[in-house]
Amino acid sequence: MLEAAELAAVRGERAVFAGVSFQLAPGGALLLAGRNGAGKSTLLRVLAGLLRPADGKVLWDGTDALADRAAHAGRLAWVSAQDAVKPGLTVAETLDFEAAITGGQAGPGLAAFALEELAEVPVRMLSTGQRRRLALARLALAPRALWLLDEPTLGLDTASVARFGALAAAHRASGGMVVAATHLPLPLPDAAELALP
Amino acid sequence: MRPFLALIRRDLRLALRHGADTLASVLFFAVAAALFPFAVGPAPETLSRIAPGVVWVVALLAALLPLERAFAADAEDGALDLLLLSPLSPSAIAVARAATHWLTTGLPLLVAAVPAAVLLRMDPAALPALLAGLVPGTLAMSLLGTAGAAIALGARRPGVLLPLLVLPLMVPVLVFGVAAAEAAAMGASPRPHLLLLGAVLALAATLAPPAAAAALRQGGG
Repeated sequence: MLEAAELAAVRGERAVFAGVSFQLAPGGALLLAGRNGAGKSTLLRVLAGLLRPADGKVLWDGTDALADRAAHAGRLAWVSAQDAVKPGLTVAETLDFEAAITGGQAGPGLAAFALEELAEVPVRMLSTGQRRRLALARLALAPRALWLLDEPTLGLDTASVARFGALAAAHRASGGMVVAATHLPLPLPDAAELALP
Repeated sequence: MRPFLALIRRDLRLALRHGADTLASVLFFAVAAALFPFAVGPAPETLSRIAPGVVWVVALLAALLPLERAFAADAEDGALDLLLLSPLSPSAIAVARAATHWLTTGLPLLVAAVPAAVLLRMDPAALPALLAGLVPGTLAMSLLGTAGAAIALGARRPGVLLPLLVLPLMVPVLVFGVAAAEAAAMGASPRPHLLLLGAVLALAATLAPPAAAAALRQGGG
């Protein structure tokens, strides 16, 4: 159970949002909506423990999640708006590295987004959508309780969106949670929506 | 240990694929050292007197060049967030980055220091002491420089801030390193100076990773 209580965040002396509260049960999904600059990405950073909230708490099963940031990081899979992939590595090297540092296997990542035939291609040769598939493939490396996603399907073709939907459905069926910031319709059935003012 | 080594391996692989960036600091070192005979004249006695100091100063400046990008590239493309969310502690990330910096910059500079010393007519008797000093010296530079790069991360002009942060800290290293080479050139033992260099390295190894870790954590918020 993930719970946010009266969260507020400040970036560069400016209040981005305040008083954000929600609850997310195992298997649940939460879509963050709001205009550009409403603080969707900032809220994801707060939930990940990358940004300290100015006020409020993030609770995991009732206890302060950010008290032990390393333990909290171990529950997360993080895909930000940036793909965070290195142009100098191949697709397989990228996933091997990610699997080595987060624990897990590169194979399921390649398979989940049909990247097998691109495995030996350098990332710098990939299209925008292919890079996004590679970034999302890290979701399949190891099971994590909470996915934090920023515009996960931006630039994806319909087949890849469907693959993302299948992966997310399996994740939620096993009790995983998803928090996603998006302007696009996502294949996450019965997701709750949180509108940031 | 596996994530730590995986990070070093990936960074080394990237450094090898972007070979031009990696070679840049060694080329800078060679060119800058080669300028001195033109500036002070080719008289062997003048050159051999300033040779240890020139090699040391130019090596430190050359080692500084790639540090500006030590964390900046990862911060720009989002990879730093992933590293901070990995099981690696921020200190381990900083130590891994320092190790990569030493392997791709410090080690090549050690090799390049030999022809540079010959070019500057340094007393051959001083060469072992010069190299023995450069090993802990470049290691300390990698550690302190990585901490400086983490602190300068997010500054508007990290390239300006970084030398101002790091070079004053390198003064003790410079003093003992040059003193070791000069002692050997005069037939004295360089050992006390090398031991002091080791002490500076021990201090840098203790203080730099936590400082870098605090800066990296702060950078994320």
